[in-house]
Amino acid sequence: MNVIRWQRPFLTPWQSFGRLSDLRTEIDRLFESPLAELAGSSGLLSGWTPALDVFEDNDNFVVTVELPGMKKEDIEVSLHEGAVSISGERKSETKHEGAEVYRAERYVGRFHRTVTLPSPVAPDKVKAHYKDGVLTVTLAKTEEAKPKQIDVSVG
Amino acid sequence: MKSTLQKDSSKTNQREQTEQFLAPEVNIFETKDGYVLEAEMPGVNKDGLEITLEGTEITITGRRTFNCGSGEPLLRERRVADFRRAFELDPAIDTSKISARMNQGVLTLNLPKSERIKPRKIVVND
Repeated sequence: MNVIRWQRPFLTPWQSFGRLSDLRTEIDRLFESPLAELAGSSGLLSGWTPALDVFEDNDNFVVTVELPGMKKEDIEVSLHEGAVSISGERKSETKHEGAEVYRAERYVGRFHRTVTLPSPVAPDKVKAHYKDGVLTVTLAKTEEAKPKQIDVSVG
Repeated sequence: MKSTLQKDSSKTNQREQTEQFLAPEVNIFETKDGYVLEAEMPGVNKDGLEITLEGTEITITGRRTFNCGSGEPLLRERRVADFRRAFELDPAIDTSKISARMNQGVLTLNLPKSERIKPRKIVVND
C-alpha cells in the first residue's frame, strides 16, 4: 500500500509565458535531455499512482480516484478484509501508428491502490461510479460501525 | 504582534489573486494530416472546458467541482485546483478547423494542417 503518494511538483502559479512550448523546441528537448529526465516525465520509471481521496461521514466511506481516459470494464474494485482495492490497466492506444510523438506524459499500464478502512463496511452495499474520469466508490458502514447517539438520562 | 497579523493577511490576499492551476499531462503527436493533443483533466466535463486561441497560442482551461460530500477527509491526494496549459501552435495548423472532444476526463484536440501545407504527391506527366 502506498502510504504517501509521490507528487510531481507541478502546482505552480500560472505564468502565461512560462508554459509556452514551441513544438520545435519540444523536439529539440526530447533529443537533448538526459534519459532520466525523459523517463521521469513520461512515467516510465515512476509508475502510475492515481490520486485518491477518502472521506468518511456517518453512514459511508467515499473513495474517489482520478482515472482519466479509462474504460469502465478495465477498472476493478474489490473488498477484502476491510480493505478496498482499486486496480486496472490503461492500454496504450495504437490507433495512431506511424505518428511522430512530441510529448508522452500520460501514463500507460497497470495501477493498484489499496486502502484499509478504519471500520467494517457491508460488502453487499459497495457502489462504484465512473464519470468524467473520476471513479467514486461508496462503501456503506455496517450497522455496528455507525456512530450511535445514546441518550443519557440524568436522574 | 499586530504587524505580523497584518502581514499574514496581505499574503493570503495575494494568494487568492494569483489563481493556481495544475498543468494537465499531455500526449502530442503529429500525423500527416495534423496534430493530435490529448490532455488529462479528471473531473472536468464539457461544461467546465474552455479553449481559447490567440494568434498561434492555444490555451486549455478545465474547471472542475469536487463532489466529496460532507464527510471528514481521511486521505487527500487529489489536488483541489483547476487545470490550465498553453501551447504554441505550428503555423501550418488551420486554426479554423480545430475540433475538441471530451471523454472521461481526457480532452482530445484535433489540429489539422491547412490543405496547402499538407504533403502532396505530384504526378509527373510524360
